Amino acid sequence: MEPTTEQTEHAVFAEAHDPEEPKEQVFVTDDLHVYYGDFLAVRKVDLEIAKNEITAFIGPSGCGKSTVLRCFNRMNDLIESARVRGRVDYHGIDLYGSGIDAVEVRRRIGMVFQKPNPFPKSVYDNLAFGPRISGVKKKSELDDIVESSLRRAALWDEVKDRLKSSAMGMSGGQQQRLCIARAIAVEPDVILMDEPCSALDPIATGKIEELMEEIKTEYTIIIVTHNMQQAARVSDRTAFYSVEVNETSDTRTGILVEYEETDKLFTNPNDERTERYVTGRFG
Amino acid sequence: MALSNSEIRSAADLRIDPRRNRVDIAMKYFFVAAAVTTFAVTAAIIATLIVDAIDFLRGIAETDEGLGSLFQIGWFPRRGMFDIGTLVVGTLIVTGIAMLVAVPLGIGAAVYLSEYARPRVRRTLKPVLEVLAGVPSVVLGYFAIAYINPNIIVNLFSGANAAFTLAAAGIGVGILTIPIIASVTEDALSAVPLALREASYGLGANRWQSTFKVVFPAAISGVIAALILGVSRAIGETMVVAIAAGATGGGLFSLDPLQPGQTMTAAMAALGFGSDQVAGDNNAFQSLYFVGLLLFVMTLFLNFASDRLVNRLREAY
Amino acid sequence: MALSTPKTIGGATAADVTAGVTSGRRDIRGKIIEGILVVALGGSLLILGTLIVDLMRRSWPVWSDSPGDFLGGPLNSANAAQAGVWQGIKGTIELAVIVAVVAIPLGTACAVYLEEYAGSSRLAAFTRLNVRNLAGVPSIVYGLLGLALFVQFFDLGRTVWAGGLALSALVLPIVIITASEALRAVPYSVREGAFGVGATRWETTRSHVLPAAAPGILTGVVLSLARAAGEAAPILLVGAATGLLRTGNQSLLEQFGSSFTAMPVVIFSYARQPGDDFRELTAAASIVLLVLVLFMNALAIWLRNRYQRKW
Repeated sequence: MEPTTEQTEHAVFAEAHDPEEPKEQVFVTDDLHVYYGDFLAVRKVDLEIAKNEITAFIGPSGCGKSTVLRCFNRMNDLIESARVRGRVDYHGIDLYGSGIDAVEVRRRIGMVFQKPNPFPKSVYDNLAFGPRISGVKKKSELDDIVESSLRRAALWDEVKDRLKSSAMGMSGGQQQRLCIARAIAVEPDVILMDEPCSALDPIATGKIEELMEEIKTEYTIIIVTHNMQQAARVSDRTAFYSVEVNETSDTRTGILVEYEETDKLFTNPNDERTERYVTGRFG
Repeated sequence: MALSNSEIRSAADLRIDPRRNRVDIAMKYFFVAAAVTTFAVTAAIIATLIVDAIDFLRGIAETDEGLGSLFQIGWFPRRGMFDIGTLVVGTLIVTGIAMLVAVPLGIGAAVYLSEYARPRVRRTLKPVLEVLAGVPSVVLGYFAIAYINPNIIVNLFSGANAAFTLAAAGIGVGILTIPIIASVTEDALSAVPLALREASYGLGANRWQSTFKVVFPAAISGVIAALILGVSRAIGETMVVAIAAGATGGGLFSLDPLQPGQTMTAAMAALGFGSDQVAGDNNAFQSLYFVGLLLFVMTLFLNFASDRLVNRLREAY
Repeated sequence: MALSTPKTIGGATAADVTAGVTSGRRDIRGKIIEGILVVALGGSLLILGTLIVDLMRRSWPVWSDSPGDFLGGPLNSANAAQAGVWQGIKGTIELAVIVAVVAIPLGTACAVYLEEYAGSSRLAAFTRLNVRNLAGVPSIVYGLLGLALFVQFFDLGRTVWAGGLALSALVLPIVIITASEALRAVPYSVREGAFGVGATRWETTRSHVLPAAAPGILTGVVLSLARAAGEAAPILLVGAATGLLRTGNQSLLEQFGSSFTAMPVVIFSYARQPGDDFRELTAAASIVLLVLVLFMNALAIWLRNRYQRKW
């Protein structure tokens, strides 16, 4: 007897998400709260980030998605008043535990920022900086790292003849790919992206999204984006954050509303707030 | 040492290379130490002034006149007469004349450059003030005695001393003070938001009305800060009075700006300068530190006040 | 200016509007005020011009007769014919070297602390306040510090060392303030990029922030040296020679450890002597110092304009 459509779908679903081979979790957060001084910026975030997937954080302004992202590489440490409560586990290790050095954390968990921020130096020096401080001294090794990083960021052909020229002379899209290459150069296993395309034109954006698809086999990627279509295009899972307004204290706190496979979140979300956001009724 | 992207098995994999860490921590201490040095300078200044000033007071307390020598009419340190009043009055006269010169010229220049001058004019004329700011005070001292006194003071005022007058010194100090008043005033004026000017013009006011009835009052605390800083600078100026005020080491109490006189800094100069220093531990020399302490306290107080006013202006915008 | 409603809507003509906006009497007042302000600015220009003209006029005999003797001659407050400025030039350079070696690194390091490490801690706030106060202390007080601390307490004597250290203390706040501004001008995103690839704070500062801020810091350095070159009071108190300066054949190091003089002190010495001869010498020496100081100020401004990065 021919299998019903539903059974086929079920089979397909089962094959893709074989319960006997659970995806490795790179990050697991437990009861994560972030404070700036006394102000609670983000409340109770519990989620897991799977390996070699692209996870998107979406939500309206001020909902804390960037704040949560920065917890994963301890960039919040750089803000004096920032405090983290709860646990953030990276490969099973508490990221904020004693003895963990934020500097080493940031080598393994790279970050690409909203506005491309190449160093005011040559292309070569931009890429070589990270490896140099991590101890790579030989020029031949550095040359290899520079070339392979640029290749992996799909930038090699464009800049191979001007490695010594200043990075500041590149276009916005090229600069951002350079920043991705720079992050890749220190061999992380995670790349965090904080609205990487918001300062770029659609063509440059497209190139970066293509790049993300290519490199996700090697890296785990978390991207914060204002652009829902982008999240729908590139990500495997999506986390929707929103803002909780406290009338009495007149504060706005970020909360994680729903975390789901991307297709499901956009077509059939569980939470009403998610539905309102993705159908464009607010935010 | 190649980069390792090995499996994270334990927290130990997330430790930094200890050598890098040591360097980082060592550098941090180095920078902190540098910051602490500034406190060492302040402490050294205060300690020096206080310790030696007390020495001085104790020294004169043991003389016949005792502390009364601080109130004799006239400053003659080698004769044991240490009238602070003479010095302070002289300083006030010089400072007053200096402000008469510096305030109109400084504020006027600042207002013109900030509110009136076209960009090209501004670019050419602003350097004038910067050049003036760079002129060393000795050169102005020479100018005061060689030019200002003979050509201006003596010509304008009969009875003025032909060589040294407090007035010439005052004008010289004033010239030195113009740049700082102009600069701080200009900062204050530019701190006033453009929106305020636009509102004023939008209501139909013309340039001078906007400038003097809207912008200037809005910047007033900054302007006052500029004036206070100017006074502080004028009080502490040494070389001009050392050359042009006729500091011969002693002077009677005098209110006449057309004659040579004594100021706090001139007195210090006479006591301390040059190979013919009155060195040693006698009271005359020690008075140098006592007057220095007085000067330090005065300028500290003035600078504090000016600082507070500038902060208030900054907070307002 | 009274609000005037046109007699008929649409009846207002350009003339009405112009008349309302520029009343004749007010125009004159405005022009007068503007004139006064121009005079104020012009006053400074006039003073500067008079100063320079007077200096050149009065020093002309020196330049026309024997400039070489003047530039090469020793400090001599007794005999105008033999007096020159050479020892002053040498002393000023030696002092500048000490200031450069002491105050620049120390001041820059303090600025790095304030801008990169301290943030808004109490220590940082106190340090900033302290530095601002030190910047306002009269220069003669730094002379007192030099005398009591360096000459006497540290027993350096009336030497270039003591003078240089006193000037370094004087100039330190300026270096700190200008270096702080230069560091602050480097955008935060540069630091973020470095932290993002796992750099320590020192690595970030050393490899990215300091190089980017270097032009601004250099500008501050030149300004500080110009200021130090023009100061007389501190080194006079430390014991710079005003009458005669005897120097034998000394090694460079020995020179630093012996009596000295400097350009501002030379000017001061000659200014105190009566007679036209010395007036000429004073004017000529003033020109030498002015040229030096103004050149350094111009250099600093040129540096600032040339290397000002638009981020």
